[in-house]
Amino acid sequence: MVSFQLTEEQESLKEMVAKFVQNDMLPVAAKFDESGEFPFDVIKKAWELGLMNIAVPPKFGGLGLGVLDDVIINEEMGAGCLGITTSIAVNTLGLYPILLFGTDDQIKEFVTPFLEQPLLASFCLTEPGAGSDAGALSTAAKEDGNDYILNGSKMWITNAGHASLFTVFATVDKALKQKGIICLAVKADTPGIQLGKPENKLGQRASDTRAITFENVRVPKKNLIGKVGEGFKVALRTLDRTRTPIAAGAVGAARAAMMHSIRYAKERKQFNQPIANFQAIQFMLADMATKIEASRGLCYRAGSLLDAGFDEAANLASSHAKRFSADMAMEVATDAVQIFGGYGYTKEYPVEKIMRDVKLVQIYEGTSQIQRVVIARHLLKD
Amino acid sequence: MNVFVLLKQVPDTETKIRIKGDGSGIESGDIKWVLNPYDEFAIEEGIKTKEKLKEGAVTVVGCGPDRVVDALRTAVAMGADNAIHIKAEDTLDTYLVGKALAAACKKENAELILSGKQAIDDDQAAVFGFVAEFLDVPSISVVVKIDIAADKKSLKAEREVEGGTKHIIESSLPAVIAVNKGINSPRYASLPGIMKAKKKEIKTYTLADLGLGSESARTKDSAYALPPERKAGIKIAGDAKAQAHELVRLLREEAKVI
Amino acid sequence: MASETVLIGEVKDGHLKRVTFEILGEALRQGVEPTVVLLGQNLKEDLKAELGQHGASKVVFLEHEALASYSTEGFANALHAFLSPLNPSAVIAGATSQGKDYLPRLAAKLGVGFAADCTEFKIAPGAVSARRPVYAGKCSKQVNFLQGAAVFSIRPNVLAVSTVHAKTATIQKVAANPGTIRAKLVETKASAAKKVELTEADVIVSGGRSLKSADAFKILFEMADTIGAAVGASRAAVDAGYAPHDMQVGQTGKTVSPKLYIACGISGAIQHLAGMRTSKVIVAINKDPEAPIFSKADYGIVGDLFELVPLLTAELKALKAKS
Repeated sequence: MVSFQLTEEQESLKEMVAKFVQNDMLPVAAKFDESGEFPFDVIKKAWELGLMNIAVPPKFGGLGLGVLDDVIINEEMGAGCLGITTSIAVNTLGLYPILLFGTDDQIKEFVTPFLEQPLLASFCLTEPGAGSDAGALSTAAKEDGNDYILNGSKMWITNAGHASLFTVFATVDKALKQKGIICLAVKADTPGIQLGKPENKLGQRASDTRAITFENVRVPKKNLIGKVGEGFKVALRTLDRTRTPIAAGAVGAARAAMMHSIRYAKERKQFNQPIANFQAIQFMLADMATKIEASRGLCYRAGSLLDAGFDEAANLASSHAKRFSADMAMEVATDAVQIFGGYGYTKEYPVEKIMRDVKLVQIYEGTSQIQRVVIARHLLKD
Repeated sequence: MNVFVLLKQVPDTETKIRIKGDGSGIESGDIKWVLNPYDEFAIEEGIKTKEKLKEGAVTVVGCGPDRVVDALRTAVAMGADNAIHIKAEDTLDTYLVGKALAAACKKENAELILSGKQAIDDDQAAVFGFVAEFLDVPSISVVVKIDIAADKKSLKAEREVEGGTKHIIESSLPAVIAVNKGINSPRYASLPGIMKAKKKEIKTYTLADLGLGSESARTKDSAYALPPERKAGIKIAGDAKAQAHELVRLLREEAKVI
Repeated sequence: MASETVLIGEVKDGHLKRVTFEILGEALRQGVEPTVVLLGQNLKEDLKAELGQHGASKVVFLEHEALASYSTEGFANALHAFLSPLNPSAVIAGATSQGKDYLPRLAAKLGVGFAADCTEFKIAPGAVSARRPVYAGKCSKQVNFLQGAAVFSIRPNVLAVSTVHAKTATIQKVAANPGTIRAKLVETKASAAKKVELTEADVIVSGGRSLKSADAFKILFEMADTIGAAVGASRAAVDAGYAPHDMQVGQTGKTVSPKLYIACGISGAIQHLAGMRTSKVIVAINKDPEAPIFSKADYGIVGDLFELVPLLTAELKALKAKS
């Protein structure tokens, strides 16, 4: 039987992140949401506290922590601001390809600088014409002597405007479909990279999301991560590890929405009593709580399985976690706005922001529909 | 410089206080125990002092049951070098806690002893004074700034008194300084700090180890009680002059807030 | 001798702090005649008269050059040297900045227990106890003193001042022994007249849209000044331009938790309440008897704030003069 108890260090970690969120994230969240400015100081503080790049193994100077620890960190940060959380958390997405498939020399070259300074990395897979169907990407990597020449464009890339490293997925031969995909570590200062303007998004507005165009970008072959034709596998394995922490962010956001709703329901009086006395409200709150408990359980389970090395079981568990957490967070946030009534619909109260922020979780890191495809495929296989 | 920080583990400020049936204390079942917030300022000041002097070590010492070790580890995660746990029951009073902490400080040759201005559960602001007395060293309370002399034999402390006035006190070292909020911004435990603290060996003493086996408490608590229920609001009657007079009277004599 | 109660009075600017009379009052009501001890240098005779008027019969002036100004060690040492041979059953002082500072050291010197900031005490033969708030005032407990002198401090402005008729107080002048003072006052920095920060203020006076102009806020500032309070505003007042945003209390303004919150011309919409609901005591002044704020207020006055605020200011000034 599995114990759902966190270790002492995990409890300390949770407390520390909650404090960081309370003191450094929450006071500025509304400001960054309004302006769309990049929350660099908050990211820097997270880095100083050691909350970024936790998976880097000790032999390279990192803490070598696991997915469950990442889940704990992301839930707490999600309860603060999902936009800022995404900016912080997406580093794992950008660096995992190298950590999982890079050589020791590549890890030393590309990853260790992230331990020395608050640098950012971006994971570049999605394209204007390749979202859920990521395997149909068309950014081309043409061999030229000791280099690859990259041409193509990527879309919806987080932290693009501030990254020092891009992990780019490109194809050496479209005819080979997924088997033609490679992964390249591309330094952001390489000539030929053009950044688009930051997208003007509905939510998670503190997160920098842009299109990137690669025009004859020369990348040395030694920057190839994994083998030729292995690129798609690199992408999928990476997503397998980040899917659950992302889901945990939604759990945190939902939890925050619920806590706001509980407080408001006790204060707001209509018909001479707090609205918390009405069963309609009570049932909404109860359902919020159950959904959050269930999602957290799914995230903890997926995280524990990954950390224990049960990759296949873990990947399925993480699909459940992502799909359920994202969808339930959207339900919870919507209900929170409902409980607040007119006040919830204004920016004066924090719940409309949570609703706008969690919508994106149903879309990125594998849409809720793709997660269902994965789960159904598993259920129906022979 | 051997910097010591006295710390206490207290119930989190959000704790809902429920009194035991027999009135002998509060129900401890649901309590979330945390490092006393004022002690965080003391720990930060200790670490900053060591950083400024570029030498020495910061040792945190706490007295109480086994759960106190969590607070000690949090301090180590913040950056304290060593931790001492004086194992004792919850029922020690100010006198005994003072004796125990002083004994530990003496045993380990503490030179600068810092503490938070008060513990947020007992709110007495007294233990550090007892410690200073038992060590026969000066003490300064409600301090918002500390400057250690270059020869490390004395220090100047800025102390807050009533009416926003500040007193600058010069004292010889060793001394006990109780710090107030505003002296610094306590750093958080970092994640690497938390990992390191997990492995840190914590020195443990019993009261007997400190020569206090036969000492006993000087006070005993009883009759815990909740404050009277907040009364329903009243509307003050009369003409404006009478209303103003009555309000001020009530605020002074009944509510006791002015 | 062994059952003597000693009350350490505090002198400020040539007279006794009110808390001395509050403690004296309670002791006398319990049938105890405490010895009042004052520390200083060249203490004035009229202090004896002041004490006598409040019912003190025994006064000791503990004097020494070194005690002309306050020091932790000077006071603790001098009191210890004087009290130790008396073997008192109780030693009480006001929980003022000084009292909070030297009393624990005195208790430690006497090797006894200590209770700070008490709101009640009971002196019975062989049994002294005091009640004090704990957990930030969420509850209180009784502290029972088991051996030796009961040393405790009393929270100012809780006990009633003595109403006992005048007595003739006898003074005993004693040369104090302040011992070695290793921590000395070298400089005093007066507080710069700075605005009390809203989120840290103990008392807040707040104005709503009924103030009708930025200029009108002057009357609130005047009232606030008499009691060292900060001034806040509701969102409606800020939106109308009567006060700057940094004065706003409420959902999108600051969240405050003072001991006393006086809401003038504020209706009490839920956004405002969110910012001040944890205030210990809430006073509401509003023309509209149905204003929601009255349901949250401990004390409400239905009336015109332009009439009431100046009257309150005058009352508060008078009260201050009496303290």
